[in-house]
Amino acid sequence: MIDIKNLHIKIGDKKILNGVNLSLQKGKIHVLMGINGSGKSTLTKAIAGHFEIEVLDGEILYKGKNLLDLRAEERALEGVFLSFQNPTEIAGVNNAYFLRAALNAKEKHQGKKETNAAEFLKLMRAHIEQLGMSQDMIARSLNDGFSGGEKKRNEILQMEILQPDLILLDEIDSGLDIDALRSVAEGINRMKNEERTFLIITHYRRILDYIAPDFIHILQDGRIVKTGGLELVDTLESEGYEGIKKDI
Amino acid sequence: MAQKEVEKILSQEYRLGFTVDVEEDTVDPGLNIDVLKFISQKKDEPSWMLDLRIKALKKWEKMSEPHWSHLKYSPIDYQSISYFAAPKKALNSLDEVDENILDAYAKLGIPLDEQKMLQGIAVDAVFDSVSVKTTFSNELKEKGIIFCSISEAMRDHPELVQEYMFSVVSMGDNYFAALNAAVFTDGTFVYIPKGVRCPMELSTYFRINAKNTGQFERTLIIADEGSYVSYNEGCSAPQRDENQLHAAVVELIAKKDAEIKYSTIQNWYPGDKDGKGGIFNFVTKRGLCEGENSKISWTQVETGSAITWKYPSCTLKGDNSIGEFYSVAVTSKGQQADTGSKMIHIGKNTRSTIVSKGISAMQGQNTYRGLVKVSPRASGARNFSQCDSLLIGSNCGAHTFPYLDSHNANAQIEHEASTSKISDEQLFYLRQRGIGEEDAVSMIIHGFCKEVFAKLPMEFAVEAKELLNLTLEGSVG
Repeated sequence: MIDIKNLHIKIGDKKILNGVNLSLQKGKIHVLMGINGSGKSTLTKAIAGHFEIEVLDGEILYKGKNLLDLRAEERALEGVFLSFQNPTEIAGVNNAYFLRAALNAKEKHQGKKETNAAEFLKLMRAHIEQLGMSQDMIARSLNDGFSGGEKKRNEILQMEILQPDLILLDEIDSGLDIDALRSVAEGINRMKNEERTFLIITHYRRILDYIAPDFIHILQDGRIVKTGGLELVDTLESEGYEGIKKDI
Repeated sequence: MAQKEVEKILSQEYRLGFTVDVEEDTVDPGLNIDVLKFISQKKDEPSWMLDLRIKALKKWEKMSEPHWSHLKYSPIDYQSISYFAAPKKALNSLDEVDENILDAYAKLGIPLDEQKMLQGIAVDAVFDSVSVKTTFSNELKEKGIIFCSISEAMRDHPELVQEYMFSVVSMGDNYFAALNAAVFTDGTFVYIPKGVRCPMELSTYFRINAKNTGQFERTLIIADEGSYVSYNEGCSAPQRDENQLHAAVVELIAKKDAEIKYSTIQNWYPGDKDGKGGIFNFVTKRGLCEGENSKISWTQVETGSAITWKYPSCTLKGDNSIGEFYSVAVTSKGQQADTGSKMIHIGKNTRSTIVSKGISAMQGQNTYRGLVKVSPRASGARNFSQCDSLLIGSNCGAHTFPYLDSHNANAQIEHEASTSKISDEQLFYLRQRGIGEEDAVSMIIHGFCKEVFAKLPMEFAVEAKELLNLTLEGSVG
């Protein structure tokens, strides 16, 4: 589904990824863990085409293309979705207007009929309700003045409406209370199917108990140093990243 | 990365920069009493008007050009400007309007032909120094509404013109107002009788066509007791290397319980990407809320002109009267704007709102300058001002000069200001959701201007959005 080969990335003057090799499979949930500063967010930014990313070497093969050759919006239209660790606030841009524009852009790209305003509102209302959010999400400005939890749920809302194929969630579980965490996890489970691939960055086991991941990858010093199943998380919980290090 | 693209798109040609070939009558450049006599005679004016023009010229000669604004421009040589240009053919009906002029307005999307008039907006079109066509006059006449060129008004309704002209903006009010009083050539006159709600949008479209000429129009709108009118003006000019001067005056009078809504879309030629050419726009606009419960609302979208010097104001004389100012001013390339509003609270419980949105890109410089003044007897006066600046790129500037002058301890004055940049992070967020770069920028800009666009009449709001896209598409900071 997605093959990351020998990826070397620099941000500013700092070399962050030092030859990442990683295959993400269709229909699977991959989890990326590692200490702060190990390069987890950088990897998702590299896949999504963030403006700070400078590619020194490597390729990311996806649907027969090297993603690195595409502009950020083209990657999105091809089905790449990044849920941000800190979603940016855009005052004045209406949340519903923005999301419909994004959906319409995708529909246009796929040669489908664009969802009209009335259909879209119905769709958005249903998803908002499912996520246990307030309906005022429709009228508010994009992430503007949202609480941490509202921002994260708004990311999940976008994911569910845009129906992407490759879903990158960067610390979607950080700062969520129990109820919010559950509804976010339910959103992820609703999206899980045989065609979709997830790459979830997290520091905590909590969310993993809800979503039953298939693979755990440990990133250290800009390389994937270990891949395994949920048992890896047990080692982490008891021994920390030092325990993993010993093991390598 | 993106900066280059922005500049490419921002350097786009001005779309309305064409010239039409029309035989025109012009007066030789220069400003003196003979020129005033020439204008007055060409326009077949009553003699009292010529006397007023001469009086204004004398005042102007004693005044000097103001330089307190945050604008830099090379000196204007007032003697090198021609103060009158008019299509030679006399015009009495639509059939007689020069085909080329009709074509010009058609290109600008202004409905002057009968078929398009079905859109239901009454239009007065001013081409260089004269009004070429006022539509729907007869329909409006049935309601007692007068909508005509100011030259016609001087001949047909001299009592109204004599009573109200110079009553809000006196001829010596400022340097440019005095110049306008001496040489103004045409403009629009509107009178809405007592208790009448004007059934359609009134609109004037100003076009400078001839070379080396200035445009000096004067607009006078009187809303009698309990009446309502919504008036729109638009403007454009050909692309020329030299600067052209536009010095207009607008006077609004709202009587008891009357309301005037005045909307402007200003798109004069802004000059080329090196800052060469473009219109110098020095405009005095003022409204008098004369009667109780009257209301005047200014909405402007300023995207053109090399230099903009403009402060639409409200004098709130009647008790409980309301003044509003909603503005979007865009400066890109080498454009400079020094614009804002004045709200003078005189009556009791008067209220005013100022919402100013300045957008600067490339080398554009945008200044907000506003005055809120509360007189001793204006108990219960309230003002809310909000000035927001949006910067695109790092070579532009935004400046804010709010002045407060309150002589009443009861008055409530609030001022909010913000400056923001379109950040790469915001653009990336939108692009990551599949929205192209240009659409992302225009989405953020429209979001920024939303409160002002909401105040424009529907047809104008669409035009304003398109204009803004054209001026700022792809601008990334």
